[in-house]
Amino acid sequence: MKTLEELAQIRDRMKNKVALREGTGEIRVVVGMATCGIAAGARPVLNAFVEQVANKDLGDRVTVTQTGCIGMCRFEPIVEVFEGDKRTTYVHVKPDMVPEIIETHLIGGKPVVKYTKVEE
Amino acid sequence: MKELSLNILDIAQNSIRAEASLIEILLDETETTLTLTIRDNGCGMSEEFVKTVTDPFSTTRTTRKVGMGIPLLKLAAEQTGGTLSIRSTQKEVDPAHAGTEISASFDKTHLDFTPLGDVVSTIVLLIRGSAKTDFVFRHTLPDRTVELDTREIRQVLGDEVPLDTYEVLAWIRDMLTEQYASEA
Repeated sequence: MKTLEELAQIRDRMKNKVALREGTGEIRVVVGMATCGIAAGARPVLNAFVEQVANKDLGDRVTVTQTGCIGMCRFEPIVEVFEGDKRTTYVHVKPDMVPEIIETHLIGGKPVVKYTKVEE
Repeated sequence: MKELSLNILDIAQNSIRAEASLIEILLDETETTLTLTIRDNGCGMSEEFVKTVTDPFSTTRTTRKVGMGIPLLKLAAEQTGGTLSIRSTQKEVDPAHAGTEISASFDKTHLDFTPLGDVVSTIVLLIRGSAKTDFVFRHTLPDRTVELDTREIRQVLGDEVPLDTYEVLAWIRDMLTEQYASEA
């Protein structure tokens, strides 16, 4: 059973870590979560990024955030990866693409080019 | 939308944009009916805007002149024989009572009823996306009530640990999932 005592333990454990967690934010992963993105399946994609970034302990380098409609609704779910001035736009993203984007791009530094193209 | 919980995720983001400090998401379920209420204390909408807001060609978004959020929820309700209603008070008109309440009713037995789906993910992602906002979630089912109030969680966490810490969100997810799974 999840209790408030357990939550208090999490608080005590996290207290010192949180400041460190703020991290450098070198890499920003932005998932489109407006009506268009949600309807196209963005919720499980955002969930996958949040969970896998945490599980792989990338939290100090990678920030996962959500945004509204960027005006290309027919390519949703859209995920943009920002590294400094560089931007990579992934289109029609599905949860099963997320591990590869994390491994190859967020960890390996090489964008997964095949997911940046619209399949006809 | 394939799940009503996706409509909830979509509509509640309007409340976040309205700079609400408290958003209540209430689900009232009987064997045959479901009522969804999303209530916020945000900036509200003008009377004229409320009249047009169920029309897809009315929107606050700036990238285009079409907003589908409320029209899609209205459609989901009406296709089961239910209704959608909106009440709103603008901050400029009455600052003490400013806010918006959207209510939608559904006939669960209707062939075109959209299932609620993964409402736990919706609540967790809303909190994650707007950790400064407080959320009250209450799902009243025939045999149980599933509840969450981020104000209580915040009280335990204090100032040092934010609500959108991954471990806290995981705790919230487990806490809600347990409430749904527990024996009535």
